[in-house]
Amino acid sequence: MAHHDITTPVTEETVRSWRVNDTVTLNGTLFGIRDATQIHMFDRGRTTRFDLNGHAVIHTAPNVRKVEKSDEYPAGYAPVCIGTTTSARMERFSRPLMEQYGVRMIIGKGGLLDDSLKAFQDLGGVYLAIVGGTAALETTWVEAIEDVDLDDLNPESLWKFRIKGFGPLLVAMDSHGDSLYSHVREEGARRRSDVLAALGVAAK
Amino acid sequence: MNIDPNIVEDAARELYIRALKVLPPDIKAGFDQLSERESSETGKAVLGTMIRNIAVAEDTNNLLCQDTGVPIYNVTIGRNVDFDGATLKEAIRKGCERATKEHPLRSSVVHPITRKNEHTSTGIRVPVIHFDFSDQPDEFRLEMIPKGSGSENNSWLRMAIPAEGIDAVKTFVVDCVLEAGGKTCPPTIVGVGVGGTSELCVHMAKMAATRPLGSHCEDPEGRKLEEELSAVVNKLGVGAQGLGGDATAFAVHVELAATHITMNPVAVNMQCHSARRASAQITADGVSYGF
Repeated sequence: MAHHDITTPVTEETVRSWRVNDTVTLNGTLFGIRDATQIHMFDRGRTTRFDLNGHAVIHTAPNVRKVEKSDEYPAGYAPVCIGTTTSARMERFSRPLMEQYGVRMIIGKGGLLDDSLKAFQDLGGVYLAIVGGTAALETTWVEAIEDVDLDDLNPESLWKFRIKGFGPLLVAMDSHGDSLYSHVREEGARRRSDVLAALGVAAK
Repeated sequence: MNIDPNIVEDAARELYIRALKVLPPDIKAGFDQLSERESSETGKAVLGTMIRNIAVAEDTNNLLCQDTGVPIYNVTIGRNVDFDGATLKEAIRKGCERATKEHPLRSSVVHPITRKNEHTSTGIRVPVIHFDFSDQPDEFRLEMIPKGSGSENNSWLRMAIPAEGIDAVKTFVVDCVLEAGGKTCPPTIVGVGVGGTSELCVHMAKMAATRPLGSHCEDPEGRKLEEELSAVVNKLGVGAQGLGGDATAFAVHVELAATHITMNPVAVNMQCHSARRASAQITADGVSYGF
């Protein structure tokens, strides 16, 4: 259970050295991405001018305030509240994000499923669990909104954040086929009959 | 008592922002209880981060969660209250829109087919507004619930049959909690509707999921069921954020309605750990805010 304090982007080798239950703190650049962003990128043929190679994406759609562009607000947006959404809806985009854009880290909450786990193994990637619903805290780790692309999809634009001390995040799915969510699902299935018995129900 | 729509509009605006920023005391107490009992190290760390976030939100006057949810307003109107219903609905809608634009808040509301976001947090039939009536004289209560999508996307209805009995209800609740896993942002309040018609059953599940911790079903059989389910839900191992541990739910809440001789419906709706709500009492003397 090692802790890794890193600046993005990272190499495949680095990501492959991380194991489930390690923790990671990120610095540098982080990209925000969401349902509509990925539907447009992978189903509707749109592309981004951003270089996501070796980077982390976070499943988010932030609360922002539109402001005049300045050194402090280079994209013309001030962060209000930046948090994380449930990842499972975006399961089918993990592999294309990695294959087509070279993304190495997906940050989200609630976990991803088997296809993503396979993609992490095949291509070298990890899922980093953040504590969902703690956006006030998360916002303090974001220094600025540096840039934005596909902004007609606002708030589901492709956001480029400058971050400092973003974490600790928990490696919940690694490139070795291990997933904390699989453990929890198996444990839940195992405990189900005991819980039903305690409720006076014969398990089926 | 006469209800001034301008006061209602201002209250609807204020409540949306308040609900997003400050958690009710019963939920904070719920966190303390779950933390004390948590046996998993990961679970303890996750709960610790959630508790820290509550303080950061208050200290920085920020939103607890980025998800501004689908806005729901519950209006309770007592006796001797004069109001114009259509104007009242419009005032609530305007207040919701103003909160979104003036704070500003992320509008999480889109047209269901075009997916167009008007950046107002409003749209067809949204905000959701429910009216109820009480026998209290001169009462006008407005409750606001921003319902997050992580928990709302995990909502279920099963039209079980009488031959399956109460066992079908209990099994369904357990299986919904397992299926939801970490997607609902646990620890949750698991809301269960039992009986009624299909839409009433789902509505009761939502009422159950959004009522304060420590409150109980008024029907003794319903209360017994919620105690039974609450006693076992944290033995499923889902844990905070679905990362394993004890803190799967703060509680299981049950609401009941009479049903048809051929029916045995059960619905489940969950409220995430950011179990936000705020309320306002409007009287002749002014507005007082609470939870």
